[in-house]
Amino acid sequence: MREVDASAIVDAIKKLCMEANYDLEPDMLRAFDRALTTERSAAGRQVLQTLKDNARMAQTKRMPYCQDTGVVVCFVELGQEVHLTGGGLDEAINEGVRQGYTEGYLRASIVRSPFDRVNTGDNTPAVIHVDVVPGATLRFSLMAKGGGCENRSKYKMLTPADGLEGVKGWILECVRTAGPDACPPLIVGVGVGGTFEKAAILSKKALFRELGSPNPDPAIGAIEREVLERANRLGIGPQGYGGDTTAFGVHILAAPCHITSLPVAVTIECHAHRHKEVTL
Amino acid sequence: MIKAAADGIKEVTPPLSDADVASLKAGDRVRISGVLYTARDAAHARLFPLIEQGKPLPIEVRGQIIYYTGPSPARPGAVVGSIGPTTGGRMDKFTPALLELGLKATIGKGARSQAVKDALRRHTAVYFGAIGGAGAVLSQFVKALEVVAYEDLGTEAIRRLEVEGFPAIVVNDCHGGDLYEDGVRAFAREDA
Repeated sequence: MREVDASAIVDAIKKLCMEANYDLEPDMLRAFDRALTTERSAAGRQVLQTLKDNARMAQTKRMPYCQDTGVVVCFVELGQEVHLTGGGLDEAINEGVRQGYTEGYLRASIVRSPFDRVNTGDNTPAVIHVDVVPGATLRFSLMAKGGGCENRSKYKMLTPADGLEGVKGWILECVRTAGPDACPPLIVGVGVGGTFEKAAILSKKALFRELGSPNPDPAIGAIEREVLERANRLGIGPQGYGGDTTAFGVHILAAPCHITSLPVAVTIECHAHRHKEVTL
Repeated sequence: MIKAAADGIKEVTPPLSDADVASLKAGDRVRISGVLYTARDAAHARLFPLIEQGKPLPIEVRGQIIYYTGPSPARPGAVVGSIGPTTGGRMDKFTPALLELGLKATIGKGARSQAVKDALRRHTAVYFGAIGGAGAVLSQFVKALEVVAYEDLGTEAIRRLEVEGFPAIVVNDCHGGDLYEDGVRAFAREDA
């Protein structure tokens, strides 16, 4: 067994929260550059240029890219040879979020109850998903997920008869109805298969893949490419002002499912695509 | 007051008159200078019952502009943290009542309901879009900030901002114009 102290997790999560909010990943910066060369809409190009400037300013001023610094979604791969000491896993993650958001001048956006809606003041708790895996390492994949785009995420139980065309149509419908509200250009995370909750979790996990890299299964990669092309023909464009850049990527993860089912979950992610990973 | 600048962008300074608002068309780029009031979900939920009961509001909305935003905290020495717009549609339920009291403009991002668009025509008011997610860039245009109501709401408190040259675009004008609909019409390809 390898011992890992909870304080190492606190420090790692704190750092990821700050870096995710200040430093957009290079794949996003490349996506802005690429879209600036292909976007036909003048208003759209102006939005893209502003977003690029915004990323640079956030990075140099250590200021969040977006004032909505999100709900922290944290996927954990916990090696089964790891023995945690000095505290619990969830507790350590939440302490890291607390410190990162408070000390990093990041916004507290979480309410303690969906009914009384009192802000917890430190952006805790995070949404945590744990997979136990072979090995002696701990991997954290953290996302600061914006609320405006999350509100446009959707789920549908298709039937096997709806088939692949049904899946493509539903993803496009989600992009169309997200429209200008979800801050396009979007990244579309899709979970197909599994069960109701499995599909939803896969749709979040899919967002962590590097933008522009296809699903390793070439058949799924081809679906991603087709749906992205069609999404960018909807005309919504950057910020919904009209244009060709409605989405930067469509990432699909698939899982086995029941003979009766074709679950499809779509997580809508905005251009403030803030995610970081670390292995301890 | 509204003036056209040499670069074609309209300079907007509240308070706004009906004639000011009527001169704005969907797609017009504007720079706003002067006072903006921030309010989002929780502040609207407190303002709404006051309006229903005919009680005074903590801010005078006549002729003014409300910016839908909840800023991130300011670092020491800074005026404000990141301060981009939030989704306007969540305020749809409350907006017609505020327009009836003389509010002339709101700033957000995302589509408004038909009821709000109808109220914009009825009360000669306008909905501006600011670039969602450009919170760091937009913070540069905020020169002063003061919490004026509901401090307990934290980021959702009502703040009085003084802005200079704050960039926005007319999404819904008071003549029925809608930038989002025009944009999709211009760029959608039939085989989407």
